[in-house]
Amino acid sequence: MGGKRKTNENEGMEGEEDSKHNIKKMKKEKSEILPSSIKNKEKRSAVHAKLKHQKKLDKRKKLKARDAAAKRALELGEEPPPKQIPRTIENTREADETVCMPDDEELFAGNDADEFSAVLKQDRTPKILITTCRFNSTRGPAFITELLSVIPNSHYYKRGTYDLKKIVEYANNKEFTSIIVVHTNRREPDALLIIGLPDGPTAHFKLSSLVLRKDIKNHGNPTNHEPELVLNNFTTRLGHRIGRLIQSLFPQSPNFRGRRVVTFHNQRDFIFFRHHRYIFETKEIKQSESKGKKAKDTKGESISKEKVIARLQECGPRFTLKLVSLQHGTFDTRGGEFEWVHKPEMDTSRRRFFL
Amino acid sequence: MQHDEVIWQVIRHKHCSFMSKITTGIFCRNPYNVTGICNRSSCPLANSRYATIRDHDGVFYLYMKTIERAHKPNDLWERVKLPRNYEKALELIDKHLMYWPKLLVHKIKQRLTKMTQMRIRMRKLALKTREKIMTTPRKEKKREARREEKAEKAAVLDKAIEKELLARLENGIYDGIYNLPFNKFLQTLDTDDLQAEDENEEESEVEYVEGNFELEEEDDIEDLGMKDYHIDEEVDDDDDDDDDDDDEVNAVEEQRVRRKSKPAHEKSEKDEFGKKLKKRPRIHVEVEHEGGERQKVTF
Repeated sequence: MGGKRKTNENEGMEGEEDSKHNIKKMKKEKSEILPSSIKNKEKRSAVHAKLKHQKKLDKRKKLKARDAAAKRALELGEEPPPKQIPRTIENTREADETVCMPDDEELFAGNDADEFSAVLKQDRTPKILITTCRFNSTRGPAFITELLSVIPNSHYYKRGTYDLKKIVEYANNKEFTSIIVVHTNRREPDALLIIGLPDGPTAHFKLSSLVLRKDIKNHGNPTNHEPELVLNNFTTRLGHRIGRLIQSLFPQSPNFRGRRVVTFHNQRDFIFFRHHRYIFETKEIKQSESKGKKAKDTKGESISKEKVIARLQECGPRFTLKLVSLQHGTFDTRGGEFEWVHKPEMDTSRRRFFL
Repeated sequence: MQHDEVIWQVIRHKHCSFMSKITTGIFCRNPYNVTGICNRSSCPLANSRYATIRDHDGVFYLYMKTIERAHKPNDLWERVKLPRNYEKALELIDKHLMYWPKLLVHKIKQRLTKMTQMRIRMRKLALKTREKIMTTPRKEKKREARREEKAEKAAVLDKAIEKELLARLENGIYDGIYNLPFNKFLQTLDTDDLQAEDENEEESEVEYVEGNFELEEEDDIEDLGMKDYHIDEEVDDDDDDDDDDDDEVNAVEEQRVRRKSKPAHEKSEKDEFGKKLKKRPRIHVEVEHEGGERQKVTF
């Protein structure tokens, strides 16, 4: 009993000092009850709805405050507060030490010495041999005809039952610069093998989302001009090498008047292929106090700015490539030296990309 | 011993673990079976005197079973190695199975023939390359499809391409082909003369102008490689353009709304923008065709 009294007294003494803290703590705990800890479904859903509503109101309040601050700053003539940059996967990509730097001497030296330098320096004009795997498919031939129209100076040969190594020899004799093998699986083209010659690297790509020209709405018809090449986002050394491989497929003297552009855009290790015809146009936008108003050009009342825009019309097929392996010599699965092979354990991190 | 019949009755009508019935017939999975069919005469269990040919690592062996050894299951099968040569193997079989029933010998020889043919074919095939089917787990395929879709959304492709083309336009790769107004040239209306002159100078000196070798961002590393050829292009174009450059500065606006494929040889010339922005510009469009006729359209 005495003990009890003592504890009571102690609590009483301490309680006065800490009571405020305790009350605050308790209040905080009450407001942070997770809805998932409530067993009663009705009550739980009510609490959850309330929480969501509260969050929505908070968000709106924040947005209003931000807008008001920006407007105020603009009116006062000061700099508006800096816009927050959203966090994207590209922003938070894992730092890769093989990213090419613009001032890398080694890179340029490597470029001069690699297999594509002959073609890229215009010593040889690219001559492409396109063939298929042994069993052809439904969509294969259509895709190949479109490829023939995209890549200038390309020829299609039927596969027969020749070994790939024999085909490489044959192509070397006939002075081709690259071989493209379209591989089909389940009646759909699903892999692309690009072999550089004479003993260039072999890149094996997985092909997906193929859309043929006839399936594109409002497609255009490509001409025979040499296309321009756009290679985006090939940052690392491996990416750079693949970029040069792709570059060596196309002639190095594009005909700008043909206004034809072929794009290989790398995003998160997927290479998107697009083929467009483009045109530059001027668009007049009226620059006035309020932002973003576009009006027709009036008689010089306000400063009329003319913006140059580019308009694209898609023609030709559209597909996605993903690199599966890059081999140093020509095609030789058993004895070859692989520069890069995709392994499933490379997919574990969502922020790590190799191209 | 003489209970072959009993064995057969039991096996066939009750249960034999080597028997497999499929739509086309009844087969025997016993490795010692000569024909492979479940038959009274082909069953190795129900025949006390039996022989087979079996293949081990490409070498053929003749196996024989006699009734004298029926009580010694360990030594039941006598094995004889057959020579590689087909004819010699046949002779050896004849020698060993001299007094055996003709049917069995015949079946054995048939089996030998078939196996030699198979051996030849396997060896030929091993020299050729065959495609090996590699499977990917379903989970990975789905994961890849999902990631590809998201990557496609993240890469706003049309905008990216347009941006790249505009960047190239500003870098001056297309000089001489397009004479489009740039923002910076229009910002102030007073300094039009200077700017017009600047543009003229750029036009005539286009062969000496080098593009930017600095990379603004890491992405356009390919521009490094591409710079090699754009200079050649400009040298070719220059000859054509010097003829057509007017020193007169007319305000020009040309609209091309055609969506069909443009024939290769048609050249369209636009004059430079600039000075006459103050006055309401009279827009001159000169379209030159290969035929030589100059058509002027005034708006």
